[in-house]
Amino acid sequence: MLTYITRRLVLSVPTLLLIALIIFLLLELAPGDPMAQMPLTISAEVREQMRQALGLGEPAPIRFWNWLVQFFWIEPQVMIDNLFGTSLAEGKPRIISWQHHAPVMDIIWQRLPQTLWVVGSAYILGILIALPIGIYQAYRQYSVFDQAGTFVTLVGYSIPPFFTGPLLIVLFSVQLGWFPFVYDTTHQVSDWESFTFQVKQMILPVMVLSLQTTAQISRYMRASMLDNLDQDYVRTARAKGLSEARVVISHVLRNSMIPVVTVIALGMPAIFGGAIITEKVFGVNGIGAQLIGAIQANDLPTVQTLTFIFAVLIVFANIVADILYGVLDPRIRYD
Amino acid sequence: MTDRLAHQSTRNQQFWRQFRRHRGALIGGVVFAIIVLGVLLGPMIWTIDPGYPDIRARNQGVSWLHPLGTDQLGRDTLARLMAGGRSSISVGMMAMVLSIGLGCLIGMAAGFFKKLDGPLMRLTDLFLALPLLPLLLVIMMLFREPLSRSIGPQAGIFVLIVFAIGITSWMPTARVVRGEVLGLKERDFIRAARAIGATNYSILKQHIAPNILSPIIVSATLGIATAIITESALSFLGLGFPPDFPTWGRQLSDATIYMQDYPGRVFWPGLAISLTVLSVNYLGDGLRDALDPRQQNLRK
Repeated sequence: MLTYITRRLVLSVPTLLLIALIIFLLLELAPGDPMAQMPLTISAEVREQMRQALGLGEPAPIRFWNWLVQFFWIEPQVMIDNLFGTSLAEGKPRIISWQHHAPVMDIIWQRLPQTLWVVGSAYILGILIALPIGIYQAYRQYSVFDQAGTFVTLVGYSIPPFFTGPLLIVLFSVQLGWFPFVYDTTHQVSDWESFTFQVKQMILPVMVLSLQTTAQISRYMRASMLDNLDQDYVRTARAKGLSEARVVISHVLRNSMIPVVTVIALGMPAIFGGAIITEKVFGVNGIGAQLIGAIQANDLPTVQTLTFIFAVLIVFANIVADILYGVLDPRIRYD
Repeated sequence: MTDRLAHQSTRNQQFWRQFRRHRGALIGGVVFAIIVLGVLLGPMIWTIDPGYPDIRARNQGVSWLHPLGTDQLGRDTLARLMAGGRSSISVGMMAMVLSIGLGCLIGMAAGFFKKLDGPLMRLTDLFLALPLLPLLLVIMMLFREPLSRSIGPQAGIFVLIVFAIGITSWMPTARVVRGEVLGLKERDFIRAARAIGATNYSILKQHIAPNILSPIIVSATLGIATAIITESALSFLGLGFPPDFPTWGRQLSDATIYMQDYPGRVFWPGLAISLTVLSVNYLGDGLRDALDPRQQNLRK
């Protein structure tokens, strides 16, 4: 197992380098000039100096190399510095956002908690709702509950978050006035009252995101349960005289969870992608909103770094899913 | 009598029988057909120009003159919905054709030619590891200006969106097609064809293509739904079509600004997107059941 994990981790390095190169080339080949927005009155000389200041003077391969060094070598040092108070990265060039004139990673660290709070709680809530629904649907296949569940999950699957979002806002914020309809990102949780406010403002975005998760995962859960329910070992378990709850929960469910757990691991990066839209709808100031802002402002270093971080998430979720599969299912041997 | 007919039924009839049994799929198909016909033929009956701003009649509610009201510039919502549907559905269809075409090409090449299998599947894995929505946004940001300058703002964005969605969504199709081709390749009838001297091209065209049609049709149907959602998401984030060009996503995004005062305006384009996608998804589900012979036996 350990050799397998090592091999996967080593193999992920060229993949990530290739992805970084693709993103870089895409931004490089694009026929757009970061100086295009500047006023025409700026003289050619100053213009050239500004290009130099943005780090555009070097040829493309060197800039790519610089970015790699900054991302993989200098930024980890900055992290260590912040954690232990050392000064490894002092004076070394970091990835600077053109838009904010501040290190990109600092902005990301500021904004990541917002995204993680909303996305994380939505994902957990979605899973917690999806599993019992999927289990019961499969247990009572073709029943009214199953049909209704299938319909609801297909609806949840088909309605895009940029429609459920406004719909829920109209219903709960405008009509009923229960929840605030713009997420207040500067809000600090200090006492009980501010905590309830935080929960209140999180409810709508979490609902939108978890609807998608629930729809997807309960479909998988149902299919996986159905695969197992008519297996021989289930009949044996019943024949032994085990209670129905025992049979379903400790025999069928345990085996059915194997593929579902990998789907849950694989779905994690996708929910970050979905959060881009949800953050826009509710005005959550997270990394999705940062990406959109950077794209609109032509802030290429931020776009490159954020897109690459999304790619890292996907690659590692894939590895985690494969490892979990190996750990949970004794029939899978990786050696 | 009917029993005997059923026995003699051809593949097509069997397909229809199976398809009709799936009530959701039938309803889905009918709803989708109505939506497509509505946006295609609707403007012939409802002849108000979707782009005409009637400033004196802006922000109107439901009336005989404007059945779904008007927007902040006094443009008729019904007319705009139909115009938006045309662009949204045609983007969805074209992007689906491109993505299925690419997927089939890569999947068939990988499944059929052993030498290409490794590299092509690594390419597919690489594409699957790319963060697609951020990349789509980046592509839209970087290429919209130059393209709209060279072939006009609307045609340029149309080509760009179709292309961008197409090249970021072919991977599942390629995987499915490769799997099917790998399974078929070792079957006796393919070997027989090879033994009588059929060329690779004719084997692929005559024997393999017809046999992998069912999964392709299913993923094509589901592909339309994904493409429509992606296009709407791009338009919603402000990186799709230009503001004066109506699409469902754009209308939804414009309406969210006025959500507090005119909540109904969010509803119609959102409903249109959701209904289309839902009907297409049901249609795809039904087609999968009807076209997959393994499931037919199970369902009795």
